[in-house]
Amino acid sequence: MMSDNERPSIRKMIEDKASQKGATNAAEKTMPKLFLICAIISILTTFGIVLTLLFETITFFSEVSIVEFLTSSQWYPMFSDPDYGIRPLLLGTFTIAAIAMVVAIPVGLAVAIYLSEYASDKIRRTIKPILEVLAGIPTIVYGFFALTFVTPVLQAVIPGLAIYNALSPGLVMGIMIIPMVASLSEDAMSAVPQSMREGAFALGATRLEVSLRVVFPAALSGIIASFVLSISRAIGETMIVTVAGGGSPAQGLDITSSMQTMTAYIVQMSLGDAGFGTTVYYSIYAVGMTLFIFTLAMNLLAQFISKRFREEY
Amino acid sequence: MKEVSQETTPGAQTQHLSAPSNLPKREWKNRVFKTIFATAVGFSLLMLLILIIRIITQGIGSLDWQLFTNFASRHPEQAGLKAPLIGTIWMMALTAPISFVLGVGTAIYLEEYAKPNRFTALIQTNISNLAGVPSVVFGLLGLTLFVRELALGRSLIAGALTMSLLILPIIVVSTQEALRAVPSELKQASYAMGATTWQTIFKVVLPASVPGILTGTILALSRAIGETAPLIMIGALTYIAFLPESIMSQFTVMPIQIFNWTNRPQEEFHMVAAAGIIILLVMLLLMNSIAVWIRNKFQRRF
Repeated sequence: MMSDNERPSIRKMIEDKASQKGATNAAEKTMPKLFLICAIISILTTFGIVLTLLFETITFFSEVSIVEFLTSSQWYPMFSDPDYGIRPLLLGTFTIAAIAMVVAIPVGLAVAIYLSEYASDKIRRTIKPILEVLAGIPTIVYGFFALTFVTPVLQAVIPGLAIYNALSPGLVMGIMIIPMVASLSEDAMSAVPQSMREGAFALGATRLEVSLRVVFPAALSGIIASFVLSISRAIGETMIVTVAGGGSPAQGLDITSSMQTMTAYIVQMSLGDAGFGTTVYYSIYAVGMTLFIFTLAMNLLAQFISKRFREEY
Repeated sequence: MKEVSQETTPGAQTQHLSAPSNLPKREWKNRVFKTIFATAVGFSLLMLLILIIRIITQGIGSLDWQLFTNFASRHPEQAGLKAPLIGTIWMMALTAPISFVLGVGTAIYLEEYAKPNRFTALIQTNISNLAGVPSVVFGLLGLTLFVRELALGRSLIAGALTMSLLILPIIVVSTQEALRAVPSELKQASYAMGATTWQTIFKVVLPASVPGILTGTILALSRAIGETAPLIMIGALTYIAFLPESIMSQFTVMPIQIFNWTNRPQEEFHMVAAAGIIILLVMLLLMNSIAVWIRNKFQRRF
């Protein structure tokens, strides 16, 4: 064949020509390396986070015993005889996250079912961007809204409610997370093949039956993953709880009183109470480490669920 | 699904040839649930509406020219946003190029150069996990690495580097999607003309994907503009009555000033905070509109 004979010579011509262009060659060699360096920086960021937290946490545990950190039920770092038990902060974090989930999961899932199964294309295309606005509002704005609007409104209903409480930031955080649950769950439900719905419709199922008994089970792994990711988001959320949740550690499950979360503690301490090099200073890293471990575990769990239990059609 | 199929098994067919007797009930249930689902949508939209109306009514009274020309003050009626406004612009001007170069570079490496091996998989997993790290943890990293170890102090550049790392995963993921959307025919044609890999990327792939990349970057920056916690961590919350002069200057930004005013007990400061929020939301709206405009105007479908 002609082309087979010619190919090497053309390639050689191209190579000859390319080797004449020193600049092109240099770019060809250096560019991949530059991009590789960029990619490595993202890995270094993770290393940076882990090492930073690890070193400062180790310093903290050289001053406070790890047993006290894990088992003590008191968190009073500013006392003259300080207590460093992480439990009240964990309690506050998970209580507020739970309140948020009570709002976000049912509403978000209902929105997802409506958008994916009931809404027309036009309605879906209108509502989704508006919901994204809700997700794009800075968290400090939600914090402001919780403190200056939701808390006074709730105080009118619940007389014993303190100005700084767990309920108000929990509810507002739930509203903030609705779009996240809705959009991730909707993605999972939209990925269910149309043929499955049509099969069920042909068997005489109503739209509700198709949604709940065909689409929902088929998309379940994605939906559960969206819940887990949302919980992780709620645990890591900072400004709403810092502004509206107050600065006293939880004293039990009383959501009408102040409950400090891990994130709020980190921010409030860095606002000025903690001098560099003090035990209190290192305690924010120990709390940060705990926070990092929980959110990382949640994110890995979400990835595992959506990979392991995915239904392939 | 099981029950649906049971109803229509051959044995039951004779019984259900005409409409099943329970159909009206099932359809009623369908309508009830449709209303419930639609109510959930209505609830979300209503919350957004309440939030926006509340902030506008609270802040509109304090929204005047003085807000832009005055520095922060102990007196709410004289308090202004000059320093945080300029600080936010500085912060964006520094964060945008750093995060753009790093993010787009990483994405080009992953999409165009990387071989499908363990190392590539590691970078990819790493990026999706970084996206889930709480922003306050990035603040701890910035405090230790940039403020203390690299001795940048509580400066603009320390804040901008922290912010860049924070939004890096968002830019990488959106750039990867934009690069993937370029059809391989375009690349093949370029290679067939004798172009090298880099020439193909620079002259064919990047021009075709630039609208997607820009949209993703602007959306990432609009996340950064509202971030508060990481900058509090690196110590941006100080009383600032001067404008930044260099990248080593101390600074404050809009969300931090809003946080400061929200934390004060006086009602008047809450009103100024609301006015600040209006300005912040308008900035966000502008950025998002530009992103949507770029997407609609320049995005080519292949």
